[in-house]
Amino acid sequence: MWDYTDKVKEHFLHPRNVGELKDANAIGETGSLNCGDALKLFLKVNENERIIDASFMTFGCASAVASSSALTEIIKGMTLDEAAKITNEDIADFLGGLPKEKMHCSVMGKAALKKAIANYRGVQIMEKPGEMVCECFEVTDLEIIDAVKANGLETTEDVTNYLKAGGGCGKCLDRIEEVIASVKAKG
Amino acid sequence: MKVIYTDNNATTKVADEVIEEMLPYFGQLYGNPSSMHTFGDQVVKKIKQARQRVADLINADPDEIVFTSCGTESDNSAVFSALNANPDKKRIITSNVEHPAILNLFKFLQDKKGYDAVFVPVDQKGHLDLDILYDSLSDDTAIVSLMWANNETGVLFPVHEIAGKVTEKKILFHTDAVQAAGKIPIDVKAAGVDMLSLSGHKIHAPKGIGVLYVKKGIRFHPYLIGGHQEKGRRGGTENTVSIIGLGKACELAARHLPVAGTQVKDLRDYLQNRLLEKIPGVSVNGDLETRLPNTLSIGFDAVEGESILLLLDREGICASSGSACTSGSLDPSHVLMAMKVPFKSAHGTIRFSLSHYNTRAEMDHIVETMVQAIEKLRAMSPFWKNGKMV
Repeated sequence: MWDYTDKVKEHFLHPRNVGELKDANAIGETGSLNCGDALKLFLKVNENERIIDASFMTFGCASAVASSSALTEIIKGMTLDEAAKITNEDIADFLGGLPKEKMHCSVMGKAALKKAIANYRGVQIMEKPGEMVCECFEVTDLEIIDAVKANGLETTEDVTNYLKAGGGCGKCLDRIEEVIASVKAKG
Repeated sequence: MKVIYTDNNATTKVADEVIEEMLPYFGQLYGNPSSMHTFGDQVVKKIKQARQRVADLINADPDEIVFTSCGTESDNSAVFSALNANPDKKRIITSNVEHPAILNLFKFLQDKKGYDAVFVPVDQKGHLDLDILYDSLSDDTAIVSLMWANNETGVLFPVHEIAGKVTEKKILFHTDAVQAAGKIPIDVKAAGVDMLSLSGHKIHAPKGIGVLYVKKGIRFHPYLIGGHQEKGRRGGTENTVSIIGLGKACELAARHLPVAGTQVKDLRDYLQNRLLEKIPGVSVNGDLETRLPNTLSIGFDAVEGESILLLLDREGICASSGSACTSGSLDPSHVLMAMKVPFKSAHGTIRFSLSHYNTRAEMDHIVETMVQAIEKLRAMSPFWKNGKMV
């Protein structure tokens, strides 16, 4: 069984801000039914670009639900600029940490938030630079390189835990291994 | 909180009678059965009795029973024995819904040892594609290993028919009967299998004890090479206490078999029908008829298994999920994927596996808890709206 913190359990059992926000003016969606988890984030943003309300709908495991709940709690009251600076680690920290195999749940929160902000501002999210490695979770080689460098990741399993890359169909696992090897080779 | 245990395909409660049978052999009667003294010899007699009891459960001869440490060791022993006995044969055949003890072993043999492994597919009900299986049989085939009953769905393979077809071509046939034992009658002679694996902890004996049945006349190469124990077929001092416990468990299993097919099946059907009746967007995985009497693999649309399990856990209800959601992988189990169960219900699949210790009141409590859990999770699922999938 997962070693979830009490806060993760609490946010899973009593998630805050669940449901569709009727008068939302920014929506961000990520994940899919096939992937095994998905998050739809609703924001109500006022004229000063402040998030005055937030809600979510999540399909996924306990940590996905808890991460979504935590995200909405964190960003309520923030300006969009402030919210844009939230990282997945912030979400995990808010919950007292997540098992490393579940870090991707916090990444999902970050991704939905980014999309919601772009949606409000009417900006198209630019096609990611780099080569798409994991098609299931849309992770590029550049993102893998960054994560490997920043977190000292060693194995494909580490990469999957952080970015989900390779955690879907698994056909990119060899490619992820090559990317890790290339980072190591460059030192 | 009272535990409601419906995860018997994972492991089972050690029966009180089994514990009682084992206790003296932890303490006073600790002798080594290989020793040349009366003290050790008392254990020999008890192991002999246990061997007979195991043999009786599957209609084998006691000499055909080899005690191992677990089902995985039994499976590995069977396969490696076949390979060692047939060093020139390079094809090995199994299905793509096996337990990891076989599936990963075959992948290892394929990837690292150059074997030509055939993974026979199943259809949506979990039935093996027999045409592909029979077409794969070749002079070059060292072994066919197929499970008797699937651990996740309970679907049964037609072992009797397959064993006949395989062995008439002089190919070794092994079956992993870990899940079938104690739940349906097993008769190795009638089935005509060459080797068969059992595991103690699935039939109310402790963990750490397994059995490999090896038919008389089969050339057997030991996997653990060591002393003369088990007639040279498995080195290592016998796990005397667990062997004795397993013997008792097999005796009890034989006695409970009629109950497994009726009482336990009735409870399983009751649970299944109540869940189908009370909750929309539900589907049962696997063939409804050709299935273990204790197993229910049931998928709930638009929700995820781990979340359901945690809500059940709050009520002391033990079950397991069909989605991995362990490690980083979010893939549903290989069994559900092989059966092409749609993602919408595969991720939300729960396996309830019952035993004769379960009661109807427990089933009612499970249903009640499930109704609330699914409702709660669907209320927050982006894929469920107004009583249906979106």
